Amino acid sequence: MRLARAGRWVTLVGLLLLAGVYLRALAFTPIERSQGPAQKIFYLHMPAAVWAELAMGLVGLAGVFYLFLKDPRLDRFAAASAEAGTVFAAIVLTTGPIWGKPIWGTWWTWDARLTLTLLLFFLYMGYLLLRSATPDPELRARYSAVLGICGLVLVPFIHLSTVMFRTLHPAPIVLKPSPPSLPGSMLITLLFSFGVFTLLYIGFVMQVYGLSLLQEELAARERAAAVARGRGEGGDDA
Amino acid sequence: MGDTLRHAWTIARKDLLLEFRTRTAVLSAVVFTALVLTVFNFGRDPTAVATIDLAPSILWVTFSFAAILALNRAFQLELENEALEGLLVSPISRTSLYLGKLVANLMFVGVVECVALPLFVLFFDVPVWRALAPLIAVIALATVGFVAVGTLFSAMVIRTRFAELMLPVLLLPFFIPPLTGAVQATARLLDGRPLSEAAGWLRLLAGYDVAFLVLATLLFPHTVDE
Repeated sequence: MRLARAGRWVTLVGLLLLAGVYLRALAFTPIERSQGPAQKIFYLHMPAAVWAELAMGLVGLAGVFYLFLKDPRLDRFAAASAEAGTVFAAIVLTTGPIWGKPIWGTWWTWDARLTLTLLLFFLYMGYLLLRSATPDPELRARYSAVLGICGLVLVPFIHLSTVMFRTLHPAPIVLKPSPPSLPGSMLITLLFSFGVFTLLYIGFVMQVYGLSLLQEELAARERAAAVARGRGEGGDDA
Repeated sequence: MGDTLRHAWTIARKDLLLEFRTRTAVLSAVVFTALVLTVFNFGRDPTAVATIDLAPSILWVTFSFAAILALNRAFQLELENEALEGLLVSPISRTSLYLGKLVANLMFVGVVECVALPLFVLFFDVPVWRALAPLIAVIALATVGFVAVGTLFSAMVIRTRFAELMLPVLLLPFFIPPLTGAVQATARLLDGRPLSEAAGWLRLLAGYDVAFLVLATLLFPHTVDE
């Protein structure tokens, strides 16, 4: 209970700070020369993209540790991370086309990183669907761990195959071998936004984790109540 | 190691014998594949698009569907009469069970592909003969990748609701890298260009096969144990 509520507070703070990101991006960060105002969406797009991928990594890692330790907390965390990752992937897939239309002249193109994000989104959907289709909690945890680990291995392969296929996407300007080529003030806005998205990820995960704890508690109580009722009825019959 | 392989072969032989005695599954898969190829013919404008441009995609979309169909039944048939429990309590390792199922699935998909390839050549008039050997190598490489992941997932989905729907939803994202590689390599081959031009794609296919064969062998025990 406490965790879900704390998660809500963290998310709320994150959302308030997100308003701060908008404010800083729109009013206190210079307009990019060639892309104009459209570039502003980058401050949301890129942090969300980084977290969409990191969340998948954490789902996979939690899966590896789950298979060794069989600790249900790891499974709960993996599920929460997957749900948060789905949201971030959806943000990337929404903000991308909004930027793509004025800059590339098309809403969608089968560019390497677009394809990667789309498949990441499908992977998350598959993961969540598999969870909802497996009623037994222990089996569900194991299946999700297996799928999460496979997903973790799949991502580099998709990356490789889509890059070999073709790419149109702007080359990385921050996460690349040489120092970032983004001007200082833009970099600060971006890092600020990345911090906010990290906070949002933590808030989302805390909420989902707390909720799944509550659900488990409820299920246990219902079971206990059913057992008690069954005993009472059985007594009457006898 | 010897025992593992011997047991794996026992499992594979059991599955193949079952397939051979009933023949329903493999025949349905063959007919389905022929139908998909037929449907593709009507899914294009023959006056506007040359077949050769579409041929690699047609071939590989058909093969992926065939593989999913074959994989769906791999563990489904073990559910009848609790046969899976029997397999699990028998004195064979999980690795043998996975490898046995893998071999049986590869044979099943292979048979379907053996029928589908000539049909594909016939229907779409593809100049396949000059590049037949490398094409078969590409098909083998990609099929191993499909079936390695697919066998693992098919063991998983049988105990979920909507198993037949769950498998393609989980599996298709995993088909993308081998599919991309196979389509690119096939396109080069059908164009009469040497296989060395697709060397990068072949490396991707081989890397995928190795990675997922190892991973699936390691993860498989976690999918079948009660």
